[in-house]
Amino acid sequence: MDLFTTLVFLLDSAVRVSIPLLLAALAGLYSERSGVFDIGLEGKMLAGAFAAGAAAAVYGSAWVGLGAAVLVSTFFALVHGFASITHRGNQIVSGVAINFIAAGSAVILGQAWFSQGGRTPLLSADARFRAVQLPFADAVSDLPLIGRIYSDLLSGHSLIAYAAFLLVPFTWWVLFRTRFGLRLRAVGENPAAVDTAGISVAWLRYRAVMCTGILTGLAGTYLALSQNAGFVKDMTAGRGFIALAALIFAKWRPVPVMFACLLFGLLDAFAIRIQGTPLPIIGQVPVQFIQALPYILTVILLAGFIGKAIPPRAGGVPYVKER
Amino acid sequence: MSAPYAKLPAWADYGLIPLINLAVAFIVAGFVVLLIGENPLRAAAIIVDGALGYGQGVAYTLYYATSFIFTGLAVAVAFHCKLFNIGGEGQAYVGGLGVAAACLTFDSILPWWLTFPLAVAGAAIAGAAWAFIPAYLQAKRGSHIVITTIMFNFIAASLMVYLLVNVLKPAASQAPQTRNFLEGGQLPKINWMLEALGFSIRSAPLNVSFFLALLAAFLVWVLIWRTRLGYEIRMRGHSPKAAHYAGVNEARIIIITMLVSGALAGMMAVNPIMGDLGRLQIDFVTEAGFVGIAVALMGRSHPAGVVPAAVLFGILYQGGAELSFEMPGISRDMLVIIQGLVILFAGALEHMFRPSLQAVFARLPRAGGGALKHGGDA
Repeated sequence: MDLFTTLVFLLDSAVRVSIPLLLAALAGLYSERSGVFDIGLEGKMLAGAFAAGAAAAVYGSAWVGLGAAVLVSTFFALVHGFASITHRGNQIVSGVAINFIAAGSAVILGQAWFSQGGRTPLLSADARFRAVQLPFADAVSDLPLIGRIYSDLLSGHSLIAYAAFLLVPFTWWVLFRTRFGLRLRAVGENPAAVDTAGISVAWLRYRAVMCTGILTGLAGTYLALSQNAGFVKDMTAGRGFIALAALIFAKWRPVPVMFACLLFGLLDAFAIRIQGTPLPIIGQVPVQFIQALPYILTVILLAGFIGKAIPPRAGGVPYVKER
Repeated sequence: MSAPYAKLPAWADYGLIPLINLAVAFIVAGFVVLLIGENPLRAAAIIVDGALGYGQGVAYTLYYATSFIFTGLAVAVAFHCKLFNIGGEGQAYVGGLGVAAACLTFDSILPWWLTFPLAVAGAAIAGAAWAFIPAYLQAKRGSHIVITTIMFNFIAASLMVYLLVNVLKPAASQAPQTRNFLEGGQLPKINWMLEALGFSIRSAPLNVSFFLALLAAFLVWVLIWRTRLGYEIRMRGHSPKAAHYAGVNEARIIIITMLVSGALAGMMAVNPIMGDLGRLQIDFVTEAGFVGIAVALMGRSHPAGVVPAAVLFGILYQGGAELSFEMPGISRDMLVIIQGLVILFAGALEHMFRPSLQAVFARLPRAGGGALKHGGDA
């Protein structure tokens, strides 16, 4: 294989790996921008993946799977909202709780309903979101350079993948060009001001949390119905936390979130590719080091050595009207 | 507040509310059991019987509880300083390095009672070291400790896999683990203690680190409530501004608290590694670090609450293992749900029942009348 082909394949797998990260990170963006910290992205994504796998297996339709995933993830998001908005509980604690409840329930219910050791049954092609061939992908594949990029890199992803990338400009537009977005950002910075303007802080935050639920549902659906053919125990494998890292890395802004996710995806794809092969100059790099790199980078960023990550000011603080 | 309101008596605040929260968590867990078509009451009976019904079960329960006491105390100490240390899992994992270092070096020359303190010190140092970077970054650079400790859990997992596969694994072996420790690196079991009470035990990993856990609980109580440092930790936890005004060096307190927390989490490694496995291996922590969060929340960050909460989770772990034999539909993952529900109801929703309970107390003839005079307008 020549270098160019390798590069296209590497980028292609990077894109595939980064899509669930992107969806989850965008999900977190809505919630955290409204002042509700969410370390339960992992759990909601996992619950969504299970719901998608289970519903698609039973009803044989990918769209039913998607619907179930969105419903279940949104339910968990609302539990998080109930604890942290209505009852002013600790948002971190609530997120941790949701991660555990989702991880346990998925396996227990999966085992009870399908008896396959916590997996959902292997899905047929109809019950999955299959790769979409962009128009003329075959026709242009012979063209040098552009043809390969178009047919191998851009074409051949699932519908959700294209939706994920469209959601980036959409999220930017919602947050920075609509009234809802302005208020959402305001409630994350200074809820008292929003309250004084006669807008309900709780209702705004609930809507933000619901957006988070919908998007984590999409992320879970992608994992269970596109990347794999069904739900597998612990299939999110820490992606919710990498997404959180990407969100911080991107300083809570939609377009940088996309680049952060692509970067982390590239690292992951790279780690798989170079396993066992020494690199020029540096020599053999332990694969574990590259796997840990997103986390290490996030810590370095948080330490303020690559710019400064400043979270929304009211993040993590429950709003109390009387104060 | 227009509803009648009364300040809760201490027993209700520290006893009744946690009990209600716990009961609700278990009721919801019962619904999950119902959902998969089993009888929750029978499941509960099997858990209790499997954990406490016979000697072997009791010994295993206390073995699990030992680990949870350490990780629970670790989270609790940090809570007093208003720090949320989610990194117990990683700190315990890295703490294993300290245990392994002591045991691999000295197991052939020293008896266990000399290796033991060295291993404990090694575990505490390794765990504290792993907590130091997040602590330093929080104290000096304001990086959110929750995020950094989560990241350090993942970094620890990668680091330990790397070390076990590439450095610590004996050349002849395939499995990612160190060589087995000799006698000097293994802790004596204390099953005789239960046998003296009339139980019969075939083999169970309950070992002397159980006493170490109880000692640690006592020392944490002394530290938090009987020393100047503990006072400063609690002051920082209640009000960073007041602490600053009183001349407390905030950065110093944050770092010291996290070092203590990390050391406690690291010491957890002694129990499984020296007490049961006899070697350092991959994933020996088995989520005890995360259970510590539930334990600390349930025990309201007080050692006197952490120890019984740890025993309760020991019961759930041991009984849950029995349950998965009796009811194949309910694997040990049921515990993860229960753990999550306990964290949700005892932690995030801890104040959910307070207003209604306060209303009830306000209507009580004697207690309410007195309290209304003081707290009626609050």
